[in-house]
Amino acid sequence: MGGDREISMERVVVTGMGVVSPAGSGLDEFWAGITQGESAVDLVQDYDLSEYPTRIAAQVKDFDPSKYLDRKEARHMDRFVQFAIVAADEAWRDADLLSGVDPDRAGVVVGNGIGGMQTLTEQHQVLLERGPSRINPFFIPKMIGNIAGGQLAIRLNLRGPNETIVTACASSGNAIGSGLRAIQHGEADVMLVGGTEAALIPLAFAGFCSMKAMSTRNDDPKHASRPFDRERDGFVMGEGAGFLVLESLRHAERRKAPRIYAEMAGYGRSSDAYHVVEPHPEGEGASQAMMRAIADAGLFPDDVDYINAHGTSTPKGDIAETLAIKRVFGDYAYRLAVSSTKSSTGHLLGAAGAVEMIASILALKHQVLPPTINLEYPDPDCDLYYVPNLPQPRRVRVVMSNAFGFGGQNASLIAREL
Amino acid sequence: MKNYHKGVEVVASKEQIFDKVKEIIVDQLGVEEDEVTLESSFIEDLGADSLDIVELIMALEEEFGMEIPDDEAEKISTVNDAVEYIRENS
Repeated sequence: MGGDREISMERVVVTGMGVVSPAGSGLDEFWAGITQGESAVDLVQDYDLSEYPTRIAAQVKDFDPSKYLDRKEARHMDRFVQFAIVAADEAWRDADLLSGVDPDRAGVVVGNGIGGMQTLTEQHQVLLERGPSRINPFFIPKMIGNIAGGQLAIRLNLRGPNETIVTACASSGNAIGSGLRAIQHGEADVMLVGGTEAALIPLAFAGFCSMKAMSTRNDDPKHASRPFDRERDGFVMGEGAGFLVLESLRHAERRKAPRIYAEMAGYGRSSDAYHVVEPHPEGEGASQAMMRAIADAGLFPDDVDYINAHGTSTPKGDIAETLAIKRVFGDYAYRLAVSSTKSSTGHLLGAAGAVEMIASILALKHQVLPPTINLEYPDPDCDLYYVPNLPQPRRVRVVMSNAFGFGGQNASLIAREL
Repeated sequence: MKNYHKGVEVVASKEQIFDKVKEIIVDQLGVEEDEVTLESSFIEDLGADSLDIVELIMALEEEFGMEIPDDEAEKISTVNDAVEYIRENS
């Protein structure tokens, strides 16, 4: 190679995971929640939504930040940051990194769609009612979109890369991808990656209602999130957080990491360049993201055993994703398994990508596919195998997770058995 | 200066003010009650940062129905400074 420096990329593995979700928090409860066949969607009681077309959501119930944070810390963090802390702590413990890692070789990438929306609206109310002198000095550092990463770095002493990615509902898919690249390129040995969202407030309901994007099945919340079913009528908002510890294989082996769940093998991203919120009708951008992820992993399409779909339960989105999968996989599309765990968890917006990557890796671990529940009436336009209603034991080696966001921004990730 | 007690002639003793201030400090700064003495410095002894102090001053203003101007607030660095300011101005 005549003096050329050979560039070899680090292999990257997943050594820890943590979840806060409406379907269960902590890895065990979460796995039970997405395989037991019951949706976490319910009527919202915290606010009076009687004038809203949609009055249902998947809430993280009984979340008590005082179990994890002292009173002062908790008060200075928006709910989206509190979720991130709890999920990231679990992932960090799971990876057995509490005893320490070289802080200059460890970083964090967080994805969230919005940031501290609840804090923003509360303080705006204070401004209108009581004037500028009553605005809390912690308002800005509680609310800004990148503060979960800041807080995590302080808490876990991470002095390497620290960035936040905002690509709407693809945010945490992209965050995982960005952390993967940081390790592959030798910038860090360990990257805490994931996403968080807590936007179940009236203003967000009103906004999504106005777009007519959400299900209005208020009289039957448990069956409202029904991806790929003919009777689906929109997504159901959820909240929560998911974090993964990514680590170079060399680093994980050297420190004798207690477990390696999988190799984070491929990442593809793309843009629809089509419409602000509607998916490309033939799934053009989505298929590009999947193809790029497969190529990045050095695999062929028919190596993929399972796709955890974006599958939000919107009429157009589920068809576009189905078409995109057919574009990428051809006839093999009918033989691979696809499911949407949003049927159990609701749509965690910016946290969806990470929580669903975790669901996919747990599918690898358990060799069981989590189902798409509420799949009662087949839609002729959604004609793949969606693992209907019951978990399915299956030999799984390679899993893919899709996350697509408003703005036409797409992320696709692949993990594989090591 | 507005009278918090709305026309009723009540003069709080220093001790009463201190007790109320202590309660607010414990709540705002997440410290234990016995850590808070008149001599405690907000930054050095009670772990407050600059934003904590702004928030604390705002909470004292709410509780005692007064406004503490920024140039006065900057002089408050110990619990005693706060108690004395409130005693003289409320």
